[in-house]
Amino acid sequence: MTSTDIHSPLAYTGGDGRYDIDRHYCDLRRQRRLYTFIGVGAILVALFFSLWFANETNAGKFFDRLPHFFDFVGDLMPRDGWEVWRALFDLSSPYYDGSFKYDYPDGRVYITVSLFVPEYFYKMIETLNIALLSTAIGFTFGFLLCFLAATNITTSRWLRFFVRRFMEFLRAFPEIVIAGFFLAIFSLGPVPAIIAVAIHTIGALGKMFFEVVENADMRPDEGLRAVGANWFERVWFGIVPQVMPNFLSYGLLRLEINVRASTIIGAVGAGGIGEVLRLSISRGHEAKTLAIIVLLFSTIVCVDQLSAWLRKKIVGNQAFEFGA
Amino acid sequence: MASLAREDIETIRARNPEVFYRPFWKRFAAPIALGVCVLYTIYCFWFFSIGKVFVEGNWNIAGDYLADWVSYEVRPDIDYRTGEIKVEWPRFSPLGDDPEPYWLDTERGLVTVVTETAAAPAAPSNDPGTDSIMAPDTPAADVPVTGQNVLESAGAAGFSFMSPNSAATSAGTSAAGSAQIQTTTETREGINRVVARISAGSEMIVTPDLVIVSHQGAAIEVAVDPQTNTVTPLTPLPPPWALQKTEGAKVFLDFGFAGRAEIRAKETKIYKRYLGWENFVFDTRSPYWGKSFGEVAMLLIFGPRLEEGRSNWAILADNIINNADWQHGDVWIKLLQTIVMAFVGTLFACLVAFPLSFLAARNITPNRIVNQVLKRFFDFLRSVDMLIWALFFTRAFGPGPLAGISAIFFTDTGTFGKLYAEALENIDDKQREGVRSVGAHPAQVQRYGVVPQVLPVFASQALYFWESNTRSATIIGAVGAGGIGLKLWEAMRTGQDWENVAYMVLLILIVVFLFDGISNMLRSRLIGRRAT
Repeated sequence: MTSTDIHSPLAYTGGDGRYDIDRHYCDLRRQRRLYTFIGVGAILVALFFSLWFANETNAGKFFDRLPHFFDFVGDLMPRDGWEVWRALFDLSSPYYDGSFKYDYPDGRVYITVSLFVPEYFYKMIETLNIALLSTAIGFTFGFLLCFLAATNITTSRWLRFFVRRFMEFLRAFPEIVIAGFFLAIFSLGPVPAIIAVAIHTIGALGKMFFEVVENADMRPDEGLRAVGANWFERVWFGIVPQVMPNFLSYGLLRLEINVRASTIIGAVGAGGIGEVLRLSISRGHEAKTLAIIVLLFSTIVCVDQLSAWLRKKIVGNQAFEFGA
Repeated sequence: MASLAREDIETIRARNPEVFYRPFWKRFAAPIALGVCVLYTIYCFWFFSIGKVFVEGNWNIAGDYLADWVSYEVRPDIDYRTGEIKVEWPRFSPLGDDPEPYWLDTERGLVTVVTETAAAPAAPSNDPGTDSIMAPDTPAADVPVTGQNVLESAGAAGFSFMSPNSAATSAGTSAAGSAQIQTTTETREGINRVVARISAGSEMIVTPDLVIVSHQGAAIEVAVDPQTNTVTPLTPLPPPWALQKTEGAKVFLDFGFAGRAEIRAKETKIYKRYLGWENFVFDTRSPYWGKSFGEVAMLLIFGPRLEEGRSNWAILADNIINNADWQHGDVWIKLLQTIVMAFVGTLFACLVAFPLSFLAARNITPNRIVNQVLKRFFDFLRSVDMLIWALFFTRAFGPGPLAGISAIFFTDTGTFGKLYAEALENIDDKQREGVRSVGAHPAQVQRYGVVPQVLPVFASQALYFWESNTRSATIIGAVGAGGIGLKLWEAMRTGQDWENVAYMVLLILIVVFLFDGISNMLRSRLIGRRAT
């Protein structure tokens, strides 16, 4: 290589002032191929060692266990197809033998003497409520914090720095530890899950919110500043109206994520549908497992569709510009 | 114009009716939304009975647990049941096997020893170690499970979530056996006074029949009688820090962060708290334990071999990795498992979703049925939660990273497929047209007309999910897929290893921040500043 800067055409310009474009192109292509080769090679090496390591430290070896890969399909075969509906709607089963496996009516949650909510629907509502409440809490606090982290709103460098690091900390702190800690204090129940998911949501939403605020149009703010508005008035009348649709859109996106998150947190002992699912799988109750999966699946699909529809109504197709 | 006339206002109003006569829902959108939120919060308070949960929470435990994150307790028992004082340390005391800490002084003198010889050999043991019979699940069961709190929270079932066995109380002061007891009294030399300086202003002086405590400028005297098994305060107990629940029973002392103590009839238990992580590098069995950095370095470089057949460096590595309290080696392996789970799962999902997304995008593959089938398949993979996949694959592969890899792979294939297909449908068609117009093969059209447009976006999304999956992998681990999540969960359910939890959280935070930084850097290089 004759030059230090491969990108500069000057390096390929000879003494007669002719630019050797072909040679430059070849060199650039060669360099690019080299980088691609090195990058792919590094990823492959990392992948190879990762796979070897994963296989070594796993309880069962990959190739020994591969025939059992779809064992779970066998775990999902109920005695007959109607069992799933009986499990789902807590109807009594003809196979009832006193065991937990077929005790569907025992889980009924009675509202009045005769009207009841089937157990899994009740648990699903609980999980949905965990997700909704924690999203609402996260939204509120994220909303309050994000303006303090945005460069165009908050001039104090230190405040901004502190708020941003704080939100990153909340986002990165493992939810499972928060849940575990509050489970120790509050005993089993959904409140630890709410706290854990909400804390994470504050960090995650706060980060997205302040990026939206930084992209906001500052002309309304300038106008308000010109008529002597104070900080709160500028934020409330100048920034909030233009960022609110995006905030709502992100909040809905977060709600989708939180429904899944609260299911998972539930599985480690914080109540809701996740816990009954884990118990049911580990006890080998096929019909119950399948009923829960059907319910969970349809709920997630519904929430996703509803949220996508609402987001489209609120921000149109603009939402994806930020998401990418 | 200085001011508006009435007709001017009317004309403006007529010209812009939508500004002045907004529909009801639009006008009051904010208050209505706020009202709905408030109502919903009230409903949730009722639904989850949040108030009740907060009131019934074991908040005193919370303080102890939080303190455990950054500190540890040393728990000597000062036993005076025979008339002679014995200072006993639990088996795995952080101070080593036979500690003589600077804050605990023993004085020798004449003691009157009362020996009880029971006719029946069923000697009742007051050793706290007997608790372990009741709490087989509790590791290091010879350390009573934070006795005071257990007693106070008796009945509150939630104290030890998921491991009811560890709630066994440490009420080990069983009465002496009922058989005839012959008592012999003997006077000899022994320890008759122990002075424990808990903190600068707090001190305990323990003698076989009297315990004197001074704290916050107040001093109290408590008489103890092992024979009648009673504890009698001679001075009134100042309530915030000294407490006796029932007459004759043990006295609880609270010295704040510095520690606490229990004065019982036969022994005084002291829980002195140190700031820091105990024996973080070497445990007490290590030959390097208690040595300063300089001493260890000297031993490594110049010192004689500590052990035949092994170099000092090998011993050092072995002692650090197999540290009994911190299990560094195991923690690092588990952390690596979590990282590997996220990396391999995301990479495979990316590789599989890449070709599939071309088939799913309606502008690339003009086949409605294939598009729809693939898109619904992606939705299915995504909507069957990562939790469900993780639970199933834990059954297939056993706990370990393979289950986590599979779970992340299945979920993210769906996510990537959907995102990639959407990105492909939004591409600029002109480049494809151009490549096609010069007579390129359909495969070449994709390669040169489509891939250069979408590859940065694809890679950016993959990087984003790589970072976010590192966090998900932690949670997935706790339900059985292995990795650091499972280790965290095991450390938490014992309720005693919060310092280990803190250590693992710190490692996770470092990894997440590191990956976040790398991912952000690469993404901003790929698609420019805007996406960071």
